[in-house]
Amino acid sequence: MATVTLQNVRKSFGKTDVIHGIDLDIADGEFIVIVGPSGCGKSTLLRMVAGLETVTSGEVRIGGKLVNDVEPMDRDIAMVFQNYALYPHMSVFDNMAYGLKIAKTPRSEIEERVASAAELLQLEPYLHRKPRELSGGQRQRVAMGRAIVRKPAVFLFDEPLSNLDAKLRVQMRLEIKALQRKLGVTALYVTHDQVEAMTLADRMVVMNGGVADQIGKPLEVYADPQTAFVGGFIGSPPTNFLNAGLIPGLATGNTIGIRPEHLVLGADGRLQTTVAYTEALGAETLIHCRLPDGNQITARQDATQRIPAEGETIGIDWNDGDAMLFDAGGRRTGKV
Amino acid sequence: MAERNGMVEKRGAGLWLTHLGLIIGVLFIFFPIWLAFVASTVTQADIVRPPMPLLPGDQFFENYGRALTSGVNAPVATMLLNSMVMALGIAVGKIAISLLSAFAIVYFRFPLRKLFFWLIFLTLMLPVEVRIVPTYEVIANFGMLNSYQGLILPLIASATATFLFRQFFMTVPDELAEAARVDGAKPMRFFFDILLPMSRTNIAALFVILFIYGWNQYLWPLLITTDPDMNTIVMGIKQMFPSGDDTADWPVIMATSILAMVPPVLVVVGMQRLFVRGLVESEK
Repeated sequence: MATVTLQNVRKSFGKTDVIHGIDLDIADGEFIVIVGPSGCGKSTLLRMVAGLETVTSGEVRIGGKLVNDVEPMDRDIAMVFQNYALYPHMSVFDNMAYGLKIAKTPRSEIEERVASAAELLQLEPYLHRKPRELSGGQRQRVAMGRAIVRKPAVFLFDEPLSNLDAKLRVQMRLEIKALQRKLGVTALYVTHDQVEAMTLADRMVVMNGGVADQIGKPLEVYADPQTAFVGGFIGSPPTNFLNAGLIPGLATGNTIGIRPEHLVLGADGRLQTTVAYTEALGAETLIHCRLPDGNQITARQDATQRIPAEGETIGIDWNDGDAMLFDAGGRRTGKV
Repeated sequence: MAERNGMVEKRGAGLWLTHLGLIIGVLFIFFPIWLAFVASTVTQADIVRPPMPLLPGDQFFENYGRALTSGVNAPVATMLLNSMVMALGIAVGKIAISLLSAFAIVYFRFPLRKLFFWLIFLTLMLPVEVRIVPTYEVIANFGMLNSYQGLILPLIASATATFLFRQFFMTVPDELAEAARVDGAKPMRFFFDILLPMSRTNIAALFVILFIYGWNQYLWPLLITTDPDMNTIVMGIKQMFPSGDDTADWPVIMATSILAMVPPVLVVVGMQRLFVRGLVESEK
């Protein structure tokens, strides 16, 4: 159990700056998700906390202790890798026990810790199998077991679910969350999947181009994105962005963002659009409309409501309170 | 090999013809070895008198016993032992050294890393024969003539094996090394606990090749062993041929030839199982 503090952390590879100064305070037992598109530096940030990358400047503290130059094994962390990184020639038991063996933990304690981790992860029947004899979900569990047995202060997850199929991903997501709650360990979790971020995080860090665009509780970030990037990245389908010049009374050059579920379809509205195509998802239907200027806008309709036909001309409107105004640089300037 | 049947879709006559062709090929290759074996089981007189016998005679124990215990210059048993020590020393030494150098080249960042790799690679272009005179000089100055060290050490560096292990190590995911680092494994621990067991099929394959390479060394042992007790078997066979008008003891020479083939064959057959298992497991 420990806090993690990042203070103006920067990373450059040669002359390329990858991380441009990140500040983050993680409370004890908190579940933080770092989310962003590929290449935004999120994995690099995690690896700096793990000690697998050097910190170019700034400070990384775990449990209040400066760890910039501390080896990964001495940082009191455990890491789960995207491709699991299980040792292929070792049994599940040995995979989980390896770190403890190196730390010269007594044999009886190793067995006890592995047994309890295996029980927690329902891996008991597989302890003597090799990783290649396990399914993807089971391998993922072994990777987590290897992290758990070390009883670390901080769990680090590097896109642990991206090699699993969609159904398993949802299941493992719930398991990870339950596990973290149960163990009460601080967790730092990197993903590119905004659904994982929304569902897992106590607080999330949305990264964009090496900068933390916004840090906050998932629903706060969703409801109140600080940049157009965050608004577009979090939420599926993404926020609609409209040139403010289209709307009477707003200055051109600015952009307004409206979530698909906040658009109201009707006979009349501030914008007249043509329905380009619709996607019925079951409980809801996505309606993609074409604006007069050629841009597209997506509305989300409950399946119980009337769904307009493709090619139909409809009006679109919204409550002013739901529209978010961004300046030309993508910064949030407030409600409309 | 039942599972291979599906590979070549042939039925009836075609299948028989294929088999016939293969059997003839095998007999063709096998015939000289058979002749050698036959010659090693008959008397000198039987060999010299045409036609040469095609069926084994009754002198098997007599000829092989004579070869093993006395031979022509040195007992074959001694030469077999020398060859075995040399082949094993070369194979094990080469594997150990190339594993370590490949490990250094792939996993450590040190100045001039690329240069060192290419220097190792460059030695591929210098076979033993090219550097044999200076190597002899060095070994002689170290006083290693007529010794196992002298037989083994000059042949122990291997660019091929280093290159092979380097290629294999580069296919091992980086995350494995990182996971081991997080688990607290120091570099050599990672090498012995993880990299080495993962390389075992490569090691087995190389062992076969290198063992035979070491076993078949001819020129180098010929140069540096003058004492018959240090002769290796491959050069020993040559030494058995008579010079001038002496008569050759063909049954014993042939028995020696057959004996010289046995260890490499055993190594290939024994290691084949490991190969196949390694190929089937294919883990990474």
